[in-house]
Amino acid sequence: MSKQRTAAIVNGDPVEFLSDPGQTLLDVLRDELHLTGSKEGCGSGDCGACSVIMDGRLVCSCLVLAAEVEGCRVETIEGLSTGSTLHPLQQKFLDHAALQCGFCTPGILMASKALLDANPDPTETEARYWLAGNLCRCTGYDKIIKAVLDAAAELRQDRKSA
Amino acid sequence: MAQLSYLSPSSVDEAVKALSGTSARALSGGTDLLVQVRSGRAKPDQIVDLKRIPGLIGIRAENGGFVIGSATCGAMLSEHPTLSKIWPGVVEAANLIGSTQVQGRASLAGNLCNASPAADSVPALIAARATCVIAGPAGTREAAVETIVTGPGKTSLTAGEFIIAFKLPPRGPKASDAYLRMIPRTEMDIAVAGAGVSLALDADGVCLSAHVALGAVAPTALLVADAGQALIGTRLEEVALTRMAEAVRAACQPISDKRGTADYRTKIAAVLAHRAAVIAWNRAKEQA
Repeated sequence: MSKQRTAAIVNGDPVEFLSDPGQTLLDVLRDELHLTGSKEGCGSGDCGACSVIMDGRLVCSCLVLAAEVEGCRVETIEGLSTGSTLHPLQQKFLDHAALQCGFCTPGILMASKALLDANPDPTETEARYWLAGNLCRCTGYDKIIKAVLDAAAELRQDRKSA
Repeated sequence: MAQLSYLSPSSVDEAVKALSGTSARALSGGTDLLVQVRSGRAKPDQIVDLKRIPGLIGIRAENGGFVIGSATCGAMLSEHPTLSKIWPGVVEAANLIGSTQVQGRASLAGNLCNASPAADSVPALIAARATCVIAGPAGTREAAVETIVTGPGKTSLTAGEFIIAFKLPPRGPKASDAYLRMIPRTEMDIAVAGAGVSLALDADGVCLSAHVALGAVAPTALLVADAGQALIGTRLEEVALTRMAEAVRAACQPISDKRGTADYRTKIAAVLAHRAAVIAWNRAKEQA
């Protein structure tokens, strides 16, 4: 079985990696690129813990073969903050205590980022539907939704004053 | 799994050749296939990724209708500026599949060829009288959507064949469609029953044509000709809707499983068809 070479842009940096044909993007992110923020929850696209943004679209990285990302831009949780400055979503998750065990958090943050990239002013209902593919067994979701809507408000404010 | 290989052809001919192999599988969004490979339910020796073939992703207006590349993801259907105005039922059905993450990958061809009786986009496509453009070793052919799935997990596609596009026919004025499904919660579930209805009306709101298709109530999605016929020439008066519902119940041959009993599915399919017909009719009246 021959490994194949794939070139992509991950969090703004060009990367090249070798993968087996059955390996997923999640496998490569974690095991080859050592970006272990994206988690494997279910491995079947049901839980959203492995969510990343691929060419601007939210995807489950466990449902993408590594070779499929040839030439694509991939954004993971590791690229969300700017240096040591947290992204407003990350800060609001801390402020609202929108996490407990934290396993689902990287996926939910990337899903929330994709939401706010597409819709800077979501309603609570829109946010809940958008995040329906991200399971959290700790928080009961309420704090997550509050944090997302609060971050959205702050980002709108930042944009206005910029 | 040990000999699995991945191929990403850039032409239809290359893909046909690759898919002619004994256990090659076509990959578009991967949201069904990759789960099956991982669980061992599917054991392909080759995965043929179709997404780099020109035209397989994208939507274009053609001859008054639409041509949707077979690997176009669900999110792209709803983002298209006019598709959901003309075919709201097809788009709402496709958008019911899975989460935001799944919508970023999952395709109409995958939903159809996965051949689940409960696939949401399939009844809507059948009611819309959509056709598939199929490439294969003998060239391309066109076939109605309802001829593709032959049973759970089984399709009529032969070795080397794959769907390259779906065609939605030209739409006159005062025409629309709708799709409804029943699930026991609000999101992220598989249909207990589903119904798609597509109607074309005259200026007075009388149905000139009507097509009703059902999901999850038989081994394959069903086009119920009698149900559509019951609506033609009517303004969806109660008596017409009752006759349609009777035709729907008569066509149902569901199984009982953890999602619902056969009796429940049969009853619900008629309720959904009734409601979808009313929605489609109201939408059609709004059309210019």
